[in-house]
Amino acid sequence: MKINAAHELEEATGRVPRVEGRPTFRLDGDDVPFDEGQSILAAALAAGHYIPYLCYHPEFSAHGSCKVCTVRVNGRTQASCTQPAREGDVVEANAEELRALRRGVVQLLFVEGNHFCPSCEASGSCTLQAVGYEVGLTDARNPLFPVRPVDASHPDVLLELNRCILCELCVRASALVDEKHVFALSGRGITKRLVVNAESGKLVDTDLALEDKAMNVCPVGAILRKRRGFSVPIGARKYDAQPISELAVAAAREEANRDG
Amino acid sequence: MDHLAEILARHGHAPSRLLQILRELMAQLGLVSPPVISELARALGVPRGQVEGVVGFYSFLSAEPQGLFRVLFSDNITDVMAGSVELRQRLLEAFQLRPGETSRDGLLSVGTTSCTGLCDQGPALLVNGHAIARLTPARIGAMAALIRSRVPVEQWPSEWFAIESHVRRRDLLLSAVLGPGEAIDAAIARGAAATIEEVSQSGLRGRGGAGFATGTKWAACAAAPGPERYVVCNADEGEPGTFKDRELLAHQADLVFEGMTVAGYAIGATKGLLYLRAEYPFLLEPLLARLDERRRNGLLGKAIRGCFEFEIEVHVGAGAYVCGEESALLESLEGKRGIPRNRPPYPVTHGYLQRPTLVNNVETLAAAALVARQGASCLRALGTRSSAGTKILSVSGDVARPGIYEYPFGVSIRSVLEDAGATEPQAVQVGGPSGVLLSASEFQRRIAFEDVPSAGALMVFDQRRDLLQVVENFARFFAHESCGFCTPCRVGTTLNAQLMTRIRQGKGSRRDLEDLTHTSRLMKSASHCGLGTTAPNPILDALDKFRPLFQQRLRSLDALPTFDLEEALAPAREVTARDDPGAHFAGEDA
Repeated sequence: MKINAAHELEEATGRVPRVEGRPTFRLDGDDVPFDEGQSILAAALAAGHYIPYLCYHPEFSAHGSCKVCTVRVNGRTQASCTQPAREGDVVEANAEELRALRRGVVQLLFVEGNHFCPSCEASGSCTLQAVGYEVGLTDARNPLFPVRPVDASHPDVLLELNRCILCELCVRASALVDEKHVFALSGRGITKRLVVNAESGKLVDTDLALEDKAMNVCPVGAILRKRRGFSVPIGARKYDAQPISELAVAAAREEANRDG
Repeated sequence: MDHLAEILARHGHAPSRLLQILRELMAQLGLVSPPVISELARALGVPRGQVEGVVGFYSFLSAEPQGLFRVLFSDNITDVMAGSVELRQRLLEAFQLRPGETSRDGLLSVGTTSCTGLCDQGPALLVNGHAIARLTPARIGAMAALIRSRVPVEQWPSEWFAIESHVRRRDLLLSAVLGPGEAIDAAIARGAAATIEEVSQSGLRGRGGAGFATGTKWAACAAAPGPERYVVCNADEGEPGTFKDRELLAHQADLVFEGMTVAGYAIGATKGLLYLRAEYPFLLEPLLARLDERRRNGLLGKAIRGCFEFEIEVHVGAGAYVCGEESALLESLEGKRGIPRNRPPYPVTHGYLQRPTLVNNVETLAAAALVARQGASCLRALGTRSSAGTKILSVSGDVARPGIYEYPFGVSIRSVLEDAGATEPQAVQVGGPSGVLLSASEFQRRIAFEDVPSAGALMVFDQRRDLLQVVENFARFFAHESCGFCTPCRVGTTLNAQLMTRIRQGKGSRRDLEDLTHTSRLMKSASHCGLGTTAPNPILDALDKFRPLFQQRLRSLDALPTFDLEEALAPAREVTARDDPGAHFAGEDA
């Protein structure tokens, strides 16, 4: 194998291998090339290696809050989305210990909210659900069953905060792309919550529009278009058709091509 | 809105002053209402959600009306041990209130707050932001009468607000007598680079707990490029059981300010910021008076000793333990929610307003001032090889003489316990809840970075105490103080607190112990900042060193349902005002 050859070269010369002239780090035994300043996660995805994540989005700067993408870098656990890649780093992402850790983090998200997949219209196109399957999650110990208000005030949008995982993608999209600041966070700890930019606290009193980026980044069923729920039947939805590991890698490559 | 216009003008309509503006509005109006939030957002030119987010983050800010008298009892374990729960109950009963509730006439609200740093004279409370210590049933009774007759807090007996000083052992820092400007003069004589070198040579390490080499930090900040640099003094002493900075700022403020000024000279900063925790309002006026005095003496200003410029400003927090984390503290100084930043970059290169910033603990800066004046040997001569100098400990709990003890590093826990008069200690929590729980078999261990590092707290629990209650109290503290940014800490602290309650109440199973361990390890590995990685320490320490206490309390060796039928009927009992046997679940588990 090419990779083994590269490693032998490294052992023989003490040099870290380069791929297409770019520096590399080692991810679970494979050499992954990266660009200066690129994160471990972004470089891994671009090279076709899927590491599960939720709050990361290739179009935004890394956030580092969900911790699902946690890997071990030179023996230290780090969120791979915020950790810049460095030449020669030894990164472990798929050791069973890390898979268990990731499963534990995803489990905490299921525990925190009300994620009842069979009755959720996002089922099948929900990233949290897909990542749950990906990491092999089978139960949610000690669920908290929160009671958060549902905001149905907007004529076209439903805000179901019991499913919000606080990834802040809508916050970032609304601020950076739409330049509207429709969403923000308040509270802290377990009472941290998504709020909308209106004195009434109601979505109808904001300038959110259906074509906003903020309408299209929610990874779960928290920000929903009304009257669309079952236009695509269950079984024919995003993650029914293709596993998240392939979709995430394809999305990262698309983004890289657009930048390149 | 007259208040608002005046406050905004005084703060120059700067969004970075948001937290200070909100604090003042809160003090004047008793709340920051939704219309005021809108008005403020418009005036500062920031999104409304940003202002709402800051109001929602800090414990002492509120968008809902609070009582005319807002009473918050300190719920640190030492206050609880001194009887604060009973005293709070007494006040609640006097007004027929429930915890967290505001009386219908808007007169009073009663709640709890994290450790107020008065553990040597607890139980303590805050009323409308003013601290009252040494509470007794009689004092609560008198307080209830004053509240009932609506006597403003400013007119309450002044002796109630006195903060006592209990310095039991003085060493290098607490016995230092510094003439005005002596450390500054010595630093100037030595030169900036040599001053940093002297600090490095002294072996001084950060006294906030992490123990990073101070000289290295100063050198990195001095070398970082930037149009302006900052010196930040971290006086957000929020670790429960810690009150040594309170003492330093009350009685050695000049030593601290001198340390900040020397640091400013050494790294080339012209501006210093002291972040004072909101629980120490009694320190604010005296500190501002000291700063004025120093300005008059030419020890602050445009041309200190005709040589350099440095100014110090005091910022006051608003109730958030996480702001003691240096990058969260910087966010808070910028008027934002106190969320720890992603690192790298580090504050020494990208700190306050993204400029090079030196963040040091109060005690570290005081020690740096002495190093500047007396040279590296003053620290080197004391302590151990890896831990030079002295450490100020705040001792509280089951001891005859709670208070402040300054020792050379290397002092054994046993010596401290003897000096403080501890009888039959069962366990000691060193460094606060985020530190380490030591059992009696470990009392020969020493306070030093290489053995038991400590930010300065030492809480003692004698044989009478229920350690599970202690650990539960710490778990609840972290759940209350988690900033909520990252998943492991946000959810894990709450899960652990619930599990600890269940186990302490005798409702736990062996599976709960496994869940505690699992969540704790997850938090240690994957949390975003030190709060999340240290929050499980008391639980893991207790499981390791006092496991029988847990096992004896278990109700089942198997898993038990987490759903409590009896508990679930409580709301129904309340709305129907029923408490007869038929209103209780009579199953075998009840």
